[in-house]
Amino acid sequence: MKRRTVPLTLLLPAAGAIAFLLVPLLGIVTRAPWSSLAGRLTDPAVTEALRLSLVVSGWALLISLLLGIPLAWLLARARVPGKPLIRSLVLLPMVLPPTVAGVALLQGFGRRGLLGDWLASVGVSLPFSTAGAVVAAAFVAMPFLVISLEGALAGIDPLYEEAAATMGAGPLRILWLVTLPMARPALVAGAALAWARALGEFGATITFAGNLPGTTQTLPLQVYLLLQNDPAGATALSLLLLAVAATILTALRGRWLPVGGGGR
Amino acid sequence: MKTRLLGCAAALSATVLLAGCATDGDGDRATTELTVLAAASLTDVFTEAGALFEDEHDGVTVRFSFAGSQELAAQINQGAPADALVTADTATMEAVRAETGDHGAPAVIARNALVIVTPPGNPAGVTDLAGLGRDGLRLVLAAPEVPAGRYGEEILDRAGVTVTPVSQEPNVRAVLSKVRLAEADAGLVYATDAASAGDAVDTFPIPAGQNVVAEYPAAVLNSTAHPDEAAAFVAWLGSAPAQELLTDAGFAAP
Repeated sequence: MKRRTVPLTLLLPAAGAIAFLLVPLLGIVTRAPWSSLAGRLTDPAVTEALRLSLVVSGWALLISLLLGIPLAWLLARARVPGKPLIRSLVLLPMVLPPTVAGVALLQGFGRRGLLGDWLASVGVSLPFSTAGAVVAAAFVAMPFLVISLEGALAGIDPLYEEAAATMGAGPLRILWLVTLPMARPALVAGAALAWARALGEFGATITFAGNLPGTTQTLPLQVYLLLQNDPAGATALSLLLLAVAATILTALRGRWLPVGGGGR
Repeated sequence: MKTRLLGCAAALSATVLLAGCATDGDGDRATTELTVLAAASLTDVFTEAGALFEDEHDGVTVRFSFAGSQELAAQINQGAPADALVTADTATMEAVRAETGDHGAPAVIARNALVIVTPPGNPAGVTDLAGLGRDGLRLVLAAPEVPAGRYGEEILDRAGVTVTPVSQEPNVRAVLSKVRLAEADAGLVYATDAASAGDAVDTFPIPAGQNVVAEYPAAVLNSTAHPDEAAAFVAWLGSAPAQELLTDAGFAAP
């Protein structure tokens, strides 16, 4: 293929776009309080928020997998009415402002929400609890898993599954032994993106679950509050979250994006 | 394509220029536009007050820029052009002391205090500070990182009440919404927040002896290009019509 010269009218805005995305991140890296970083990141308040973040995002991922895999399969394989509608429903949390997601969760699962009385009757109260933070994280994270997996499932020839069926395998066994292994790259990528989204969740959490150290104050919430009177501390935590996000993207290279290839 | 784009850009900038001219050269008389930096908690009442001031003062329009007091101080220190400043505490006004004083010392125009709010009907039966320490009460406070949270802590400490809040919200308005939604049984907010919620919350005042009072000082900035009009605005804030609006909004007189 002939290598085309890049016209300046495209190159300049493209370079501008790169700078636009890069400068704020460089700001975090260069302004982070490197000399006191170790001390700040091992501060008990930070480790507590980190522990909580891992617990919340871990549970959110688990819920996303348990509910999201069947939903992705349903969308890709089953004949159900209103499929475009369901797909839009799955996409909605991805495009909604997270605070709106929080308001929606309050009106749905809050004390005075649609299911509030029912939840109270079985002794569950989600707002202001760690479970509430998990719900908020799962709500915004699950779509990433569903969309990623559905795309992969739709690309797998049903012949393999039909072959397994003719050999007498049941639907669950086929899903577990044939379909999911074939969709593994997309499953891993979707799970990683969902987990990263859950780890970074802020708006829905603070709106629905509130902010209490040790119970609902995850790392992003702590970053926000630290910014009020300890910008250096907030920058240190931001660096930590930035490093996590960069690690995930690096690990996904070649799985999620075909370019660069051979990541495994 | 290129020329059409350029044409658009030209038309766009012409519109901006025209819009800019219109505010300055409106009618026969020249209009003075005052820029007032004001604390976020004044947003509703100052928008109303500004319209009233304009009605009473021909040839002067007031434009507000609302933000947290600390942000306003930072803007002034970075040289934001403005004529007057109203903050939600005296400490912030002190921090920009060098930028005020040429046209009169800062004057307190209103006070604000904390109150207890509960959902309508007060289902948990909380009426005073002691009640906030009750076991199992879903109490929501502002985070200690923000002024309302610090005031709340101070008040509870002084009253000797130990509380276990279920959440420390990032700002005082979030506390109000949690109470309005009845997710919380009780919360501590400014009297003005409670007033803004009307019947959506029940309000219980905290006695002056136990309360912390926030003062709102106003001052003309040294950098103003309209010292007379700016001073007139600051003085007007202390007048009866302005004070009536402030009282309706839940503020206490200075």
